[in-house]
Amino acid sequence: MQTPAPVEYAKATSIADAISRLEALGEDSRPVAGGYSLIPMMKLRLARPETVVDLNGIAELRGVRVEGNELVVGAMTTHADVLSSAILFEHYPIFREAEHVIADPIVRMRGTIGGSMCQADPASDLSAVGSALRGNAVLMSSSGSRTVPLREFHDGPYETVVQTGEILTELRYPIRPGAGSAYEKVERRAGDWGVCTSGVFVVVSGGVVTDCGIGMAAVNADHYCAPEAEAMLMGKAPTEENLAAAAAAAANEANPIADQRGPADYKRHLASELTLRALRRAVAASQGA
Amino acid sequence: MQVSVSINGVEHSRDIEPRTLLVHFIRDDLQMRGTHWGCDTSNCGACTVWVDGAPVKSCTMLAVQAEGSEVTTVEGLAKDGGLDPIQEGFTECHGLQCGYCTPGMMMTGRWLVDQNPNITREEIREGISGNICRCTGYKNILDAIEYARDHANSEVSA
Repeated sequence: MQTPAPVEYAKATSIADAISRLEALGEDSRPVAGGYSLIPMMKLRLARPETVVDLNGIAELRGVRVEGNELVVGAMTTHADVLSSAILFEHYPIFREAEHVIADPIVRMRGTIGGSMCQADPASDLSAVGSALRGNAVLMSSSGSRTVPLREFHDGPYETVVQTGEILTELRYPIRPGAGSAYEKVERRAGDWGVCTSGVFVVVSGGVVTDCGIGMAAVNADHYCAPEAEAMLMGKAPTEENLAAAAAAAANEANPIADQRGPADYKRHLASELTLRALRRAVAASQGA
Repeated sequence: MQVSVSINGVEHSRDIEPRTLLVHFIRDDLQMRGTHWGCDTSNCGACTVWVDGAPVKSCTMLAVQAEGSEVTTVEGLAKDGGLDPIQEGFTECHGLQCGYCTPGMMMTGRWLVDQNPNITREEIREGISGNICRCTGYKNILDAIEYARDHANSEVSA
């Protein structure tokens, strides 16, 4: 039987309450969002907080809205709400495509975007999406809030820059008129972590790529992104040849390791192929926009 | 830690360790063994119950998180001595072999039918993708949930 080690429990009533509790309790405390990552980690003793501070009662952390030229997603917004968000779909279909292949419908109703980002699993689909879109994380502590680019959010597998006494409150993604986006994933079975995934956005204007982002999960790319491949595409016509060259470059920015999901060369092949497929669809969507 | 949870309309108060998982609270503290405990990793769905009307995998939620909530388990499906349409469906369509996944399948299946009275077979298939059956090959489970869809809708509103 898997049961977490003894732990204390506190339910936060507001963002300020959560922060003051986490700050007072120090580094042996952890916020719990949906719990579908933290609780299994606690069962396995990979996480052993003395206290969990439950964020589920904080309504102000939920919801999707447009603010200026940014999409703002509250950290406690569930996967199901991201999946069904008309606002996110309108600007970036990549959210719906990625969410549709995360876990299963029941887990998606309780699991959250913020929990997923902070778990920072190397195969995290939403981390790849966030890096592709060059989103930002808003972190709050008793000394105020700070904004961290998602491409600087991770300190390694399962590690983020979120400090003790600090919580992730919002994810912010720049709106890019005319952008097309797409997500591709190969997994062993429905709802599993990816063997490899790739998510991209592309803006095509005047026959050339004027903006793009490439994210990859499960293949050990720094901050889940492929900046060299993006640079290769900028200013180029989105021809099959140019897209394939960028996809191959993206695969070279991956550093996959062999594990039960497959050998490294297979994963690198997937990184190239899935990036190419995502680029084709994103380009078509941008040109049709 | 004191926790009060309403289960199938009955209030239960217990002093429990905060680390107690909801599935163990239901099965061990309250001795309600209808809810099954399977993979322990939120993959298999055998432990699915409703918390405030929405399905939750109870192996991955602390019981204290359900404080003040309305929980429904498989024991709460039958009403007034009569089976729920989802239970009839599993009976009529032979929707189980070993029965281990069945409580979770029924909780998810009934919820799907409630959410969308016109749900298609394909939508049901996706809807139960978080509930794993290793016996049936799923065909009879899909038949059973379709049976519930077709019969729950003709129910006089209970």
